[in-house]
Amino acid sequence: MDFRIDVVMRYLPLLMQGLRITIQLSVIAVGVGTVIGLFISLMRLSKIAPLRWIARGYVDFIRGTPLMAQIFLIHFGVPPLLGLSAFNPMLSGTIALSLNSGAYVAEIFRGAIQSIEKGQMEAARSLGMTHSQSMKYIIIPQAFKRAIPPLGNEFIAILKDSSLVSVISLQDLMMSGRMMQARSFRPFETWLAVSIFYLIMTMSLSQFVSYLERRYSKSDNN
Amino acid sequence: MITIRDLTKNFGKLEVLKGVSCSITAGEVVVVIGPSGSGKSTFLRCINQLEKANSGEIIINGTDIMDKKTNINEVRQDVGMVFQLFNLFPHKTVLENIALAPIKVKGISVKDAEALGRQLLKRVGLEDKAEVYPEKLSGGQRQRVAIARALAMKPKIMLFDEPTSALDPEMVGEVLEVMKDLAKEGMTMVVVTHEMGFAREVGDRVLFMDGGHIVETAKPLDIFNNPQHERTKAFLNKIL
Repeated sequence: MDFRIDVVMRYLPLLMQGLRITIQLSVIAVGVGTVIGLFISLMRLSKIAPLRWIARGYVDFIRGTPLMAQIFLIHFGVPPLLGLSAFNPMLSGTIALSLNSGAYVAEIFRGAIQSIEKGQMEAARSLGMTHSQSMKYIIIPQAFKRAIPPLGNEFIAILKDSSLVSVISLQDLMMSGRMMQARSFRPFETWLAVSIFYLIMTMSLSQFVSYLERRYSKSDNN
Repeated sequence: MITIRDLTKNFGKLEVLKGVSCSITAGEVVVVIGPSGSGKSTFLRCINQLEKANSGEIIINGTDIMDKKTNINEVRQDVGMVFQLFNLFPHKTVLENIALAPIKVKGISVKDAEALGRQLLKRVGLEDKAEVYPEKLSGGQRQRVAIARALAMKPKIMLFDEPTSALDPEMVGEVLEVMKDLAKEGMTMVVVTHEMGFAREVGDRVLFMDGGHIVETAKPLDIFNNPQHERTKAFLNKIL
């Protein structure tokens, strides 16, 4: 078996291009997804029934359908509805991944918020804080801390799932791999290199998450 | 100061309060005793609407707090509460625990709120713990911080829901001391407790509750030495 490291080196710039797209896409999806997730989780816990239904429908739809179908739906399905010819793949990819991570993050936040002891809300309310003040200053900060480990897992999943955007010919790391294989005829080198890139990213991310966990554990629960 | 008429409360099919009436005057220390499940905590929690009563009337300083038009958040600013399990905010330091509500609810400056916080910590004997997180404190210290936190809103009434029941025996005293000082300063207090010594020494009046009713209400000495009702006698015999 001969492993041609020179092939990997030759296509490194191509892979780096894809890597950049993958990182961009994942960071935006995670950021937007977190904001969507927070709002959706609050809607799901709302006293107003229609808000709960909308949030529930959204989460069920996203979690019950394949991400690839969601990507196609947004890339090919939505633009005609709006009277547009097409979205550029980066836009569709970002929207699809953000909406997808939003639903999963919403469930993580909902669980974390519900795990905060009832006494915390009661103490806040007994001091005269409104429900929203109590959520903002007391419940959500504590829930956020408890959500860090599952959020970390979700972000790792998003990073890997972002590879699916290659189906709408967005040139992410996965797409770069396909191009490299087609040009070099060296599948083993190609996919090993691509995998290692993903691995480096997911491992750095999980390191970062455990750093955050350690940092926030200093004021841990009583 | 507080007038309660015919208060009832159900949890599903369970009737916890079956028509409770009483009135509490300013500066009075009322101690509520009774077996567990008698409705005493629920009664207390109705006074600041942590539980919504099903029917009846609660008037605090002339405000009908069960009226839908009443802003309950304003009422609660005048009614402090101390919980059995302290319910301190674990992600905030002791000083932040105390200063948060004055800053966010009353809108006073951070500087003033922290000065107030330090002053209250001194009063409960914990001025050296201002920067510490609650997890580093003993149970007795946590409960004293919780009292300081409630006092920071300058309430006119303080409610205590079994404030010493979750404490190790050697820490009960320090919390009761703080409560005694508060009573001496003329605070209106409603205290649900099993500490009969406190009831006897500090209480102006004792309410004995059983089965969702106030069975008997009297001055501490009268109720302990000469209980009128069989149920009161039976309860006191068991615990004294």
